[in-house]
Amino acid sequence: MNKFLQRWSVFAGLIIVWQVLGVAADDPFFPPPSEIVEAAWEWWVLEPENVTEHVLPSIGRLLSGWAIASVIGIALGLLLGRSDRAMEYAGPLLVFLRSIPPPALVPVFLLLFKAGTSMQLATIVFGVIWPVLLNTVDGARSVDVTKVDTSAVFRIPRHQWVLGVVLPAASPKIFAGLRVSLSLSLVLMVISELVGTDNGIGSQLMTAQREFDYTRMWAGIVLLGVLGYGLNTALLAVERRALAWQPRSRDEQHA
Amino acid sequence: MSNMLEVADLGHTYGDYEAIGGLTFTVRAGELVCVVGPSGCGKSTLLRTISGLITPSRGDVSLKGSHLAVVFQDYQRSLFPWLTVQGNVEFPLRSLPRAERRARAAEALEWVGLGKAAKKRPWQLSGGMQQRVAIARALAYRPALLLMDEPFASVDAQTRFELEDLLLRVRREHDTTVLVVTHDIDESVYLGDRILVLSNSPARLVADLDVPLPAERDQVTTRTDEAFVALRSKVARLLNVGKPSIDVEKWAAAERESLSETVPS
Repeated sequence: MNKFLQRWSVFAGLIIVWQVLGVAADDPFFPPPSEIVEAAWEWWVLEPENVTEHVLPSIGRLLSGWAIASVIGIALGLLLGRSDRAMEYAGPLLVFLRSIPPPALVPVFLLLFKAGTSMQLATIVFGVIWPVLLNTVDGARSVDVTKVDTSAVFRIPRHQWVLGVVLPAASPKIFAGLRVSLSLSLVLMVISELVGTDNGIGSQLMTAQREFDYTRMWAGIVLLGVLGYGLNTALLAVERRALAWQPRSRDEQHA
Repeated sequence: MSNMLEVADLGHTYGDYEAIGGLTFTVRAGELVCVVGPSGCGKSTLLRTISGLITPSRGDVSLKGSHLAVVFQDYQRSLFPWLTVQGNVEFPLRSLPRAERRARAAEALEWVGLGKAAKKRPWQLSGGMQQRVAIARALAYRPALLLMDEPFASVDAQTRFELEDLLLRVRREHDTTVLVVTHDIDESVYLGDRILVLSNSPARLVADLDVPLPAERDQVTTRTDEAFVALRSKVARLLNVGKPSIDVEKWAAAERESLSETVPS
């Protein structure tokens, strides 16, 4: 409990400073936290249709975009990581595609898919696939030679080789990639909602700003922060369970 | 006795380096044969050609029965940390029904005295116990031939004696045919029914020696037995112990390089 208080003290301190400064400045652009919380309460608790119309669809797009990117990224990554030839051919293409800033493709996806969910999903998927893909390639390549030999000697079937050896061996790296792309998903979800739509947290931010409702704009920003924090915490919990097999500390591992 | 393994004129070349230069020998069913040679002489290449990990440049390897198992020197890398001890032993048995897999793994773990450790992760065990897991995994697979690559080189001396005796007991009880590759002369004499002595690279067969020791062996009395001491000196002389060779280092480096390039299945 003490540790918990300690860890959050800096955060709480900053909120207090912000509150004091906000009240003292009395600037409509920078409302104090108390007003932001009040606006958030009115906006999402007193009017729950805002949650079902904007917040939930946003989270849905974020999660499905991230899930699609993860599945494609992991599958493709395992394939490329275990084949030097495939990597030789695909390598330059991957580096090129990865260097394109995903927001730059929003206009392209708008043309391809029209405004709406498919365009938003495309933006998220294209933007967040790279950390998963490249980390999976890296992880799949790093299966050590003795495990490769052991699997070859026992002539295990191909699916067991991929799912039972390469995937678990690569999983620490894959999770690192999944975490990066989850936070990227949040960014791209917001960006994809800034244009051509009137639904979602991103579009609400724009609306609030256009209507000079700055406390509501800030409330949206805080919500995104809370969302990012919550998603990351949830993924960390999953990761800790999935990677529980890893030797935890040095003193537990006999050499 | 029938031949379990027949190796005929086996040769392997990496680029310009000839690693193995025409080896011919047989391993009979139920026999424990030790291959001993100076380090870097091509022993691992021999093991990899027999186990099918690389295709030899020339010659034939024929195994009676379809499968063999390998116990590698590096148990930490050869066991899968994400599986339990039981899971590791079951690893090569995935094609069998679940119940049979379970039973075979439990049985093999009993053989090596690890019945109680089934639920642990390999990394929670000591080095010697981890190597026993690897041996149990190989035995559960019921191989026609058990290949061992410097199996006890990474454990301390005490554990090494224990594991040597464990191997002797297990192979006697289950009539396993074993080929142990080692650079340790004492170990080859202590374990083997026969010793194949290899020359420096390219590896050629220098001698094929019968070990004139009783089947029951003991770490203290066997090692002081006159026959043991005599054979040990004979092997040492055959291996030119004490005479350095310039080629060895060069060759060993080339072998390491080519091994790290091997493509998986």
